[in-house]
Amino acid sequence: MANNTLNKNVKIGLEIHCQLTNLNTKLFCSCSADYRGKPSNTHLCPVCLGIPGSLPVGNKDAVKDAILVALALESKIMNRLVFFRKNYFYPDMPKNFQISQYDKAGGVPIAIGGHVTIQAGNRKKKVEITRIQIEEDPAKLLHQGSIDISPYTLVDYNRAGIALLEIVTEPCLKSPKEARIFLQKLRAILEHLGVSDGKLEGAMRCDANISHIGGDRVEIKNISSFKEVERALTFEIVRQKSLLSRGIKIKMETRHWDDVRKLTISLRTKEKEQDYRYFPELDIVPITILKEEIEKLRRKMPELPDARWTRFMEKYKLPTYDAGVLTNNKALGDFFEECVKIYPYPKKVSNWIMTDLQRWLHEKNVEISKSKITPQALVSMIRLIDKGIISGKIAKRVLPELIITGKSPEEIVEEQQLLRISSRREIEKLADKVLENNPQAVKDALVDEKAVHYLVGQLMKLSKGKADPQLSNEIMKEKLKSFLNK
Amino acid sequence: MEKVSKKITKKEVEHIAWLAKIELTEDEKNLFTEQFNSILEYFQVIDEVATDKVLPSFHAVDLTGVLREDIVEPSLSREKALANASKKDKGFFKSPKIF
Amino acid sequence: MQTLPKRIKGFSNRLKSFEVNHMKKPHSLSAKEIIEKVRGGELKAEDCVLSIFNRIEEVEGRIHAYVTLTKELALQKARKIDAKVKNGEVLGRLPGVCIALKDNLCTEGILTSCSSRILDGFIPPYNATVVNLLLKEDAIIIGKTNMDEFAMGSSTETSYFGATKNPWDSSRVPGGSSGGSAAAVSAEEAVLALGSDTGGSVRCPASFCSIVGLKPTYGLVSRYGLIAYANSLDQIGPLSRNVYDCALLLNVLASYDPKDNTSIRVPSQDYTQFLVDDISDLKIGIPKEFFGEGIDERVSKIIWESIYTLEKLGATYEELSLPTLRYTLATYYLIAMSEASSNLARYDGIRYGYSIDYDSKNWNEVYSKNRRIGFGSEVKRRIILGTYALSTGYYEEYYLKALKVRTLIRDDFNKAFKKFDVLVGPTMPIPPFKIGEKITDPLSLYLTDLLTVPVNLIGSPAISVPCGFVDDMPIGMQIISPALREDLLLKVAHIHEQNNKFKDYAPKL
Ligand SMILES: [Mg+2]
Ligand SMILES: [Zn+2]
Repeated sequence: MANNTLNKNVKIGLEIHCQLTNLNTKLFCSCSADYRGKPSNTHLCPVCLGIPGSLPVGNKDAVKDAILVALALESKIMNRLVFFRKNYFYPDMPKNFQISQYDKAGGVPIAIGGHVTIQAGNRKKKVEITRIQIEEDPAKLLHQGSIDISPYTLVDYNRAGIALLEIVTEPCLKSPKEARIFLQKLRAILEHLGVSDGKLEGAMRCDANISHIGGDRVEIKNISSFKEVERALTFEIVRQKSLLSRGIKIKMETRHWDDVRKLTISLRTKEKEQDYRYFPELDIVPITILKEEIEKLRRKMPELPDARWTRFMEKYKLPTYDAGVLTNNKALGDFFEECVKIYPYPKKVSNWIMTDLQRWLHEKNVEISKSKITPQALVSMIRLIDKGIISGKIAKRVLPELIITGKSPEEIVEEQQLLRISSRREIEKLADKVLENNPQAVKDALVDEKAVHYLVGQLMKLSKGKADPQLSNEIMKEKLKSFLNK
Repeated sequence: MEKVSKKITKKEVEHIAWLAKIELTEDEKNLFTEQFNSILEYFQVIDEVATDKVLPSFHAVDLTGVLREDIVEPSLSREKALANASKKDKGFFKSPKIF
Repeated sequence: MQTLPKRIKGFSNRLKSFEVNHMKKPHSLSAKEIIEKVRGGELKAEDCVLSIFNRIEEVEGRIHAYVTLTKELALQKARKIDAKVKNGEVLGRLPGVCIALKDNLCTEGILTSCSSRILDGFIPPYNATVVNLLLKEDAIIIGKTNMDEFAMGSSTETSYFGATKNPWDSSRVPGGSSGGSAAAVSAEEAVLALGSDTGGSVRCPASFCSIVGLKPTYGLVSRYGLIAYANSLDQIGPLSRNVYDCALLLNVLASYDPKDNTSIRVPSQDYTQFLVDDISDLKIGIPKEFFGEGIDERVSKIIWESIYTLEKLGATYEELSLPTLRYTLATYYLIAMSEASSNLARYDGIRYGYSIDYDSKNWNEVYSKNRRIGFGSEVKRRIILGTYALSTGYYEEYYLKALKVRTLIRDDFNKAFKKFDVLVGPTMPIPPFKIGEKITDPLSLYLTDLLTVPVNLIGSPAISVPCGFVDDMPIGMQIISPALREDLLLKVAHIHEQNNKFKDYAPKL
């Protein structure tokens, strides 16, 4: 598959749109930006609905956010804030132009250049950033069924006008996997800055352009989540390769990622290519970005994932891999640090987070911040193991309960009677039952050590994992010995 | 600078009208092509101005840009927002299909 | 029943107010008189409204100044004002003054059309800032006036609702694009009106209808709620029958608005204080080009007479040349059309306005059809040309080039303003022309904007004041000042008015 092989012939560039989810209001009006889960078309005013006569006024904090991101990516911040209009018609556009920024025709984006360092396999790679710009989000379109058979389009303008940062990379990514790793890293950076919660639905979306050497650039729009990125890119690379292998030239076009059917479909080819007619948004007066303002923000810069990674290794003596995983997701890192505050055994905590906790969250597609588990609960659970009150195996059963119910491990152990059985008498009873039910295994055990393990396993199973394993082993062996002596 | 006569063709008018999302009849295309050529010819007068070292004036008077505080103000009621819609359906604007 | 003053030879003599106050109907009164009388309890706001609507009933059939009348709302507002007077409550600055609004100003709950089919049925969910300012000052909004579609025109002939007629001669245009507002004020169908001026749209109809029309400095009046034609040039302006009323209205309009980024923060002031009879230090510049090619000589002659009068009153004048004026029309149209092409993109018929029935039709087809049917010819012409001027390969050649020439034009004027306080010339190069005379030839119509567009390009204010008649048709004089010097404009306009007999003339209707 194209997915995992580094392909020297493929160049991928990404254009990421991140909502600035820390803002209270939209980019150019005072409507609430908290639109998720709200009834459609209830977060609108004349400005964001594009009612004639209305005028935009920029959100101060959106500019601050953009500067923070630029600082984090080591981009060059331009000294003037200028907005341009990007003119094109589409049903998600209230004004049929988007207020955005532009790097030509007298325009400047808020920042240019910069980079994000990613871990690509076992080497580090700098993903070059072309520019960062501020722009407004279009509305959300809803289709009945898939996009190309829907009889009409329903429009919810609540999202229209939400502040976005557009972050554009150079076409320097070599595989869909690299693209995903880059996006995760970028998301972690934005989370650490506190400007964008990439976990929210649709908060980070991306367009990609892909080209094979010798072929034209194809742009894919509407990739709405990270999982989809790898999928969409892989699909497109395979599609292009198969065309090339049949001697068909790849033509420049824009394609749409259909996330229902998981394939790309052509939106428009070059003959009908858009001409965005960028020109200044004269309703917004350019502003000078002061050096002092930038320095003030620089001093407020929070710790970023790379620095945190190093700190996790140094302070908590975590292996590189653990520290990397824990700092690639801000909430996970925060969770870890909260645990370590009350339980100073970082590696033990990390082990639980990295394995069982992560696996469960991943399988159920739940973010740690959305789950009910608290650092206190995880630590209490580890302490129960430490004290021998529950076994590690039982803990693995307790953990999902902590995540789903938010109860304390003690409560769960109590409710489900998961306390370890360490009474000799009770284990002997269980052992007798096992021996009685497995005459053949008993015979075998007399000559084969493996059958002893089997019988102990049966005992554990009978106790639902609660029997003290060491004691069970001991007792089973004693019983077999007395059998032998009979 | 030498004056080159610029001509807009009917095909260009068609393309620009497509960009502007205005359907034109054959008659309109012909009429507009003719009128645009005479108007554009008139506009050519500015070609004679040397502007190599001149900065563009987006606004003619000095203005100071201001940003707004990030404070929420009430939005329109849904009823009001949808009041002028051509078609609506259960709280949504109904727009023509996109394919 | 009172009788109207006797009218003479094509004019009605709007007699000096002190002579006829007792017999004038409220609709003929000036805003100043109405404010005084309403405040003093001599006149009820309700009677002002009733009088205006009687007048509208009487003459509107021959003028067609309005597209929407809001009699009920006006009466409600009037009664509130009368109750305030009765209860001794504090009144706003324009109590009982009946004002007409150009139909490109958004009015909450009241149809707003820009005289375009594409805004069919559009009822704004909000008021333009100027509308709120007027209502706060107890002015009474009586209706929305006809205009060139989306303010694109100089004759009010491109309206979807049909042309407005010049009250001085119903076979002629009232000027445009605020032709409805100007005609309404001229015909005493409104005491005051608001227009908008992108390339002369307040001054042109003021000139053609023999009233006062001011285009303020760009940014002095909030554009929030003014439906954009060309947003770097548009500015709302007052229309009135005399300079004092113009100043009164500007007092209310000139106000910083945080909702408009291009709004200028200036301390509010009383512009009527500048209406003094002293122009002894005034230096007037006369741009030669304002009297050159394309200007009707009869118009020039009348303007010169007024300049001589101002000289007699103590001002000095000198001729000068503004060489870049040669490029202003092309520059203006390229900029205005480019901006318009983007500003008018939002009209697709989905969120508001006209649409065909589009069940199971593709968006591209629907938009293109809605815009074909919804927009008139002139609007289409400007949108398409503007799209062309901004498109790849033409942006620098047309749009950017025009912006650079704009810089040179501004420099040219700034140089003149170093030497002169104000510049004076005709508002329009020709007297009002016949309806239908120019509408088929767009370029010939564009040429009539020759003298009004420069100030929009440079952001300066300018005023048009009645100056005389050619063949019984009104001629206006234009006075131009540097940015934010409305005080100077009003002063000169006032002195001119006080020394010009034509201010007392009204159209025979
Ligand atoms: Mg973008
Ligand atoms: Zn809004």
